Amino acid sequence: MNGNSALVILIAAIFTNNILLTNFLGMCSFIACSGQIGTSLGLGTAVTFVMTMTTMINFVIYHHVLVPLGLEHLTFIVFIAVIAAFVQFVEMFVERFSLKLYFALGIFLPLITVNCAILGASLFMVIREYTFTQTVGFGFGAGVGWAVAIVLMAGLRQKMRYSNVPKPFEGVAVAMIITGVLAMAFMGFAGMVSIQ
Amino acid sequence: MKKSNAAACSACATKGPCGGKGLVTLKDGAWTVNPLAIQMLGICSALAVTSRLESSLVMGAALIFVCVGSNLFVSLLRKYTPHRIRMIAEVAIIATFVILFDQFLKAFYWDMSKQLGPYVGLIITNCIVMGRAEAFALQNPPLLSMVDGLANGLGYAGGLAIIGLIRELLGTGKIFGHAVLLEQWYTPNQLMILAPGAFFTLGVVIAVFNALRGPQDEEENK
Repeated sequence: MNGNSALVILIAAIFTNNILLTNFLGMCSFIACSGQIGTSLGLGTAVTFVMTMTTMINFVIYHHVLVPLGLEHLTFIVFIAVIAAFVQFVEMFVERFSLKLYFALGIFLPLITVNCAILGASLFMVIREYTFTQTVGFGFGAGVGWAVAIVLMAGLRQKMRYSNVPKPFEGVAVAMIITGVLAMAFMGFAGMVSIQ
Repeated sequence: MKKSNAAACSACATKGPCGGKGLVTLKDGAWTVNPLAIQMLGICSALAVTSRLESSLVMGAALIFVCVGSNLFVSLLRKYTPHRIRMIAEVAIIATFVILFDQFLKAFYWDMSKQLGPYVGLIITNCIVMGRAEAFALQNPPLLSMVDGLANGLGYAGGLAIIGLIRELLGTGKIFGHAVLLEQWYTPNQLMILAPGAFFTLGVVIAVFNALRGPQDEEENK
């Protein structure tokens, strides 16, 4: 449907159409895990990896299994099953072959199954009718964009500890306002490239 | 439909199939531990669909439907579900209800379905539904679980409606597409419809909730 190259989509998914700041996906873990830069970096890496792989797998399954069989109404349940199975597989694989990586990423992996950004990326891939290369660019870009946003947020929240926040705004409320400012900053990228 | 359910619930609170806990459950879900403003669950869709009041209401209805349905079935099956596979069973039940709602929207409200885009499907990963199934429906009888689902759905839908109202009113000066704020003295602020407006509105709504609930609960919130 759209002829953008994978590279354009990648850049757009990171900056202009950031999956977190413009599509609001993955907010739950964004708010919960953005306390420390180290933690959020780990989570961001895990999300990027899982998102790239699952959008690719889901692309193949959707276009080569579901559509030929006329089973599009099962899309949701198949996608979520693929994501859950993939995360489980990665967890076992990492545990077996790299304990160090397991302890770095391990605790985040189960969280990722219920991260709506992962499922959302797969659904966007279907709705926007990407080709396979575009899907790869989008999956990777969206993951990197999410990671960038959560690391930025963690940096800001570490500083926030020394600030004097009005009582009712403490905690999540002020985090929301900061995210709003962050989203405004990212709006500055709008017009650079655009995908829809 | 909402009214009859609420009536059935107050009836069961006195008669007792819910063990008299119906009303408390209802109040808990809808206000005291409001899933949106207090527990911070399901924020994704709360931000994405609330640029207009109409889509917020549809999303709220979707969540009530899915929450009640999945809670009922998770609760009915709770004695037969092996503990180890309960998560995947819950996800399968929830996904079934989401697919039902999605097909319904596609069949009868195509425009709305287009507008909500992927966010209907994302109800599957909405932590509220999963959270209630896991925390409540697994331990409680079916009827009470339905009430809990309804309460949380209502609490969530209420939050969505408030945010949707604020954003549509300030962003376009309209409610349900009818002009309310006159253009002579109010210039619509486009920012409220865009992403940052969503974050600001939710932040302020949460702060107002916190302020209304008073300081005594803030300790446990941290």
